[in-house]
Amino acid sequence: MTDNARGFLDDLELDALTELVNLGVSRAAASLREMIGGEQVHLSVPSVSLVGRSRAIEILSKSEPGKLVAVHQIFEGPIYGRALLIFPETKSLELVRAVTSMALSIDDIIDLEHEALAETGNVILNSCLATMANQLRRTLKISLPEIFRGDGQTLFGAATAPQASDAVVFVYINFTVRRGDIQGYIAMLMDMLSLTALKGLLDEYIQRTIDGSEPSPDALA
Amino acid sequence: MPSSGWNDAPLQALKNGVCARMSYKILVVDDSRLARMAAGKALSDMYPGWTRLEAANADDAIKIAPQADMALLDFNMPGRDGLALAEQLRGARPTMPLAIVSANGQREIVDRAEALDVTFLAKPLMEDALRAFLGSAVRRLEAGSR
Repeated sequence: MTDNARGFLDDLELDALTELVNLGVSRAAASLREMIGGEQVHLSVPSVSLVGRSRAIEILSKSEPGKLVAVHQIFEGPIYGRALLIFPETKSLELVRAVTSMALSIDDIIDLEHEALAETGNVILNSCLATMANQLRRTLKISLPEIFRGDGQTLFGAATAPQASDAVVFVYINFTVRRGDIQGYIAMLMDMLSLTALKGLLDEYIQRTIDGSEPSPDALA
Repeated sequence: MPSSGWNDAPLQALKNGVCARMSYKILVVDDSRLARMAAGKALSDMYPGWTRLEAANADDAIKIAPQADMALLDFNMPGRDGLALAEQLRGARPTMPLAIVSANGQREIVDRAEALDVTFLAKPLMEDALRAFLGSAVRRLEAGSR
């Protein structure tokens, strides 16, 4: 397929989307930091890329050739899509250990793995999506978290694609915690219909920012 | 504060600036066991003398709620969400201290919580925010019992 997502947003719209993702991910990082007992969470510079599905799979497969685990939530409203928190499967117990800072045996950690992954994903993805929704002055309904395991093809394939449509937006950013022991990615997948709606919302956001007449809703929240 | 080796609850309550004459029952509703464990740990650190009740969904919470003095409700749960549960609880217990706990701090959710007289607490639960909610809950309950 062609990367028809690329070039869909103009420079200013892409800049606004990057700013929104930046705010959302910063909030998510603060949440993750709380969950792991105040340890520093490093985020890569949030350069947002709009790429097609095949390019998204290629990027992920290149940087993470092994098996991956993803916590996945659907968001619905004026835009519809899926948000994923992705990391290498080999690191999942490490992440669970980090968020279950209370003294737990290895058996308990294994027992809690699924729930801990779901809850961690829930907190991080909700922080990110809620911040973005507030900035766009819209409401998104966010589903319960689901866990997927597999490679990039599985995660961005039919099982998690918004619709049968080929056009997918892949917003990715990687994060590092525990001195580099745990790395992961946040991705958002939308189809072209949602991307068109998002373009309109970004234009409104840009206009509000230029007017500067209203305070940010997050400043009040 | 060093442990007395006896019951630390009155000392802990004093530290929290709350009268220790009553032990309260708090209901924690969350579909995630991990989230219930995290809330439980924070609560037992702050108020070791309190009784904790737990439910994993709104239906179970409704059955247990009559025993509870106050409740922490997760928003995103299978079945009815925390706000629907709060609305039902508020109908039955107009003055019961209630908090919605969620990472989903969208305006609509925060506004709906406020309209129901329900405190919105960001997830992960911050100790200061939880302490402030519990302190105000105790004041409200004690004012109501006078």
